Amino acid sequence: MIVNLGYTALLLALICSLYSIVSARVYINTNRYQWVDSARNAVIAVWFLLTLACLSLVYLLTNEHFEIEYVASVSSRAMPWYLKATALWGGQAGSLLFWSWLMSTYTGVVMLRDWSKERDMQPYIITASMLTLAFFISLNAFVENPFNVLWIDSFGNITASVMRPNANLMFTPKDGAGLNPLLRHPGMIIHPPMLYLGFVGFIIPYSFAIGALAVGRTDSVWIRATRRWTLVAWLFLSLGLLLGGRWAYDVLGWGGYWGWDPVEIAALMPWLTGTAFLHSVIIQEKHGMFKRWNMILIILTYALVIFGTFLTRSGVLSSVHAFAQSSIGPLFFMFITITFTISLVLLFRGWETLGSSKTLTSWLSREGLFLLNNLLFMGILVACFWGVIYPLISEIITGQKVTVGPPFYERTTGPQFAALLFLMGIVPLVAWRITTVNRLGHLIWKPTIISLVVPIISMISGIMNFAALLSLWLASLVFCVTIYEFYRGAIARSKSSGNNFYVALWLLISRNRRRYGGYIVHLGVVFMAVGIIGVEMFQTETQGTLALGERMHLGEYSLVYRDLTEFSANDGRVVTRATLTVYKNNKAIGKLEPQRDYYKDSMQRMTIPDIYSTLEGDLYVLLIDWKPVGLQQATFKVYLNPLINWIWIGGFGFILGTLVATWPDKRDRDILTNNKSFAQPL
Amino acid sequence: MVKTWVTKQFLFSMFVTCMLFGSLGNVLAQDNSPTDDEVNAISKQLYCPVCESIPLDACGTQACIQWRDTIREKLSAGWSEEEIKQYFSNQYGVRVLAEPPIKGFNKLLWYLPPFSLLIGSLLVIRLLAKTRTNLNTLDSGISNIDNADRYVDRIENELKQWE
Repeated sequence: MIVNLGYTALLLALICSLYSIVSARVYINTNRYQWVDSARNAVIAVWFLLTLACLSLVYLLTNEHFEIEYVASVSSRAMPWYLKATALWGGQAGSLLFWSWLMSTYTGVVMLRDWSKERDMQPYIITASMLTLAFFISLNAFVENPFNVLWIDSFGNITASVMRPNANLMFTPKDGAGLNPLLRHPGMIIHPPMLYLGFVGFIIPYSFAIGALAVGRTDSVWIRATRRWTLVAWLFLSLGLLLGGRWAYDVLGWGGYWGWDPVEIAALMPWLTGTAFLHSVIIQEKHGMFKRWNMILIILTYALVIFGTFLTRSGVLSSVHAFAQSSIGPLFFMFITITFTISLVLLFRGWETLGSSKTLTSWLSREGLFLLNNLLFMGILVACFWGVIYPLISEIITGQKVTVGPPFYERTTGPQFAALLFLMGIVPLVAWRITTVNRLGHLIWKPTIISLVVPIISMISGIMNFAALLSLWLASLVFCVTIYEFYRGAIARSKSSGNNFYVALWLLISRNRRRYGGYIVHLGVVFMAVGIIGVEMFQTETQGTLALGERMHLGEYSLVYRDLTEFSANDGRVVTRATLTVYKNNKAIGKLEPQRDYYKDSMQRMTIPDIYSTLEGDLYVLLIDWKPVGLQQATFKVYLNPLINWIWIGGFGFILGTLVATWPDKRDRDILTNNKSFAQPL
Repeated sequence: MVKTWVTKQFLFSMFVTCMLFGSLGNVLAQDNSPTDDEVNAISKQLYCPVCESIPLDACGTQACIQWRDTIREKLSAGWSEEEIKQYFSNQYGVRVLAEPPIKGFNKLLWYLPPFSLLIGSLLVIRLLAKTRTNLNTLDSGISNIDNADRYVDRIENELKQWE
């Protein structure tokens, strides 16, 4: 009953999404408003139908309907209810459905806005977004169906389909296989939704861009209309990446948060183009320049979103995320090719009209440095993309399989990330149009001198690594310049308006939320950079086998092995847990309990670290092995990860900054409503 | 009596000698036996062909444990890090290395990203070259622009734009 309800809702959602495309097309041909209104209503109906399909699947998962193939493959009786519910995105079919639902939520909400000013673009926006959604729904309906039922014939052969084959009976396994142990972590409850929200969110600015290209609009209305959508998508993608890092740190048991895995890079690539886009659109809004470039960036971002989804699910590349592989790769590849080609055709058709008579005044201007910022983001993107696809190219051309691991990415992208930090440090001090070197020097000398304190203190404390000192100085420079910008602005406003400093600061931020929200994000980046420098350049590790009561050392910490216990948890795990006392400078400061979990249902082992965490860094301990007889000896691997928690703290800067930048602003809304030209230079 | 004393002395000497050599043997044995850290230092530069994107030092599969044992044996036998990596590369192909060597077709992997950045930089330089022409045609000149860029004015101008 629920299966039928869910599958029917899925099919109806597909029909409605196709109808909305047809209806939008009819409006384009006839110019009769009721058709585009009907298309809009169909888009909203798709959301209701996909919500029903998702709820049906969640019901089946939480009520242990193991006769459903998907339920049997990703859940088991021993799993807690919340993991059963979140198993919705724990496998291929369910996560595709969830992806579609999130996308329909975005498109549904967009349809509720006032379209009076963009009526001409609306049918194209509906077409672009619903074409993507229809593709994903059709994957669910015909290839990766989460509502497939298990059937058994008289020979004991088991098949899965929606309809009952002849001479078959429904087959209900006693229990399911259970969720992949890697995914049974609180981080996995929130990481995929965040990442998907980021991915699908970029469909909105892309659809608007396609709408603008299709009707030949060369103004910045599409950018202004989607600015918040872009920021929200970017924030979710950033948080998705960050939470993925935290999940890897807590679950994968290798002491790190980022392994340059192809699927990690697949999520990073749209973030790179999305971040470049966020900076570049400011120039279009202010000066009417870079219109073509912005179109290219958003088309690239969309293509990379689909490409990332393709990489995760096609199994074309080896990855720790291989749990979601299937045969849908060729379909994805076809879809990417078709949409990318259509987008490029539209772009080249409107190429001339997107040109701008304005050019840059000077390289030492905010526009010029934004251009360099975009160049660096593209440079990093090329390195990432090339590193991901190179194993395939090498195998096709030379027949030689290769691994492109972290050293390649660190060497090719590291200097470019450092250069981006440097730009982040000087751009806030550079004016639009032109700034002289003298002027910049006059503005930057104070924060530069203060920023040198950090590398000097680092040198005094014994750090002599040039790359580390340079990176720390760059992070310090960005921090000082950003704080200086807040301070200088507030002081200037305070003097001119007579308000006290804090009121002036508040008014300054609230009157240009976008800029100061951006600066808060920059502060978040500084914290993250500090954490990354700490781990990448100063991580230390050791491994040793200890008998009970023995001690091992790492840095100023030492660990004494106290106990080893083994027990069965009520969620189907056999847990082997070691207890160690942690000493810092020979003073006991706590205990750590790293463990190894054995999942009986999937016969998989997990190495779960225990961490002594401070702002200085983490002491990260793994139980590697133990003697099966007598349990007297155990092997531990210990990492000292300096400053790592600043990475997660930096994430809060992202959230706060984006909230400030996207907070509804009456003036902004008025500008949009009045539909002014936004290409006014200062 | 003297004989007993000599025998005792002999036995004691033998005991001390055995202890000394035994200890020395232990010390020598410890010197030859690589530590886990030494094994891991090489393991993290290798990838087993079966496991997916997980370096050898972090992988818990039986195959990877065996590979680490092989590394330990080779280190004990006095092999250098490069020789061990070369051994695995010869046995299982270059895909076991965390980074392909910069030779042959693999040069393309390493050279394309900096080359593309260079091309991008040239395009930007070409675009910026036009700015010099524009700058010369600016009526106001740099000094006036500088004056107009007084900070309070700039902030007020920018804030006004949002009103």
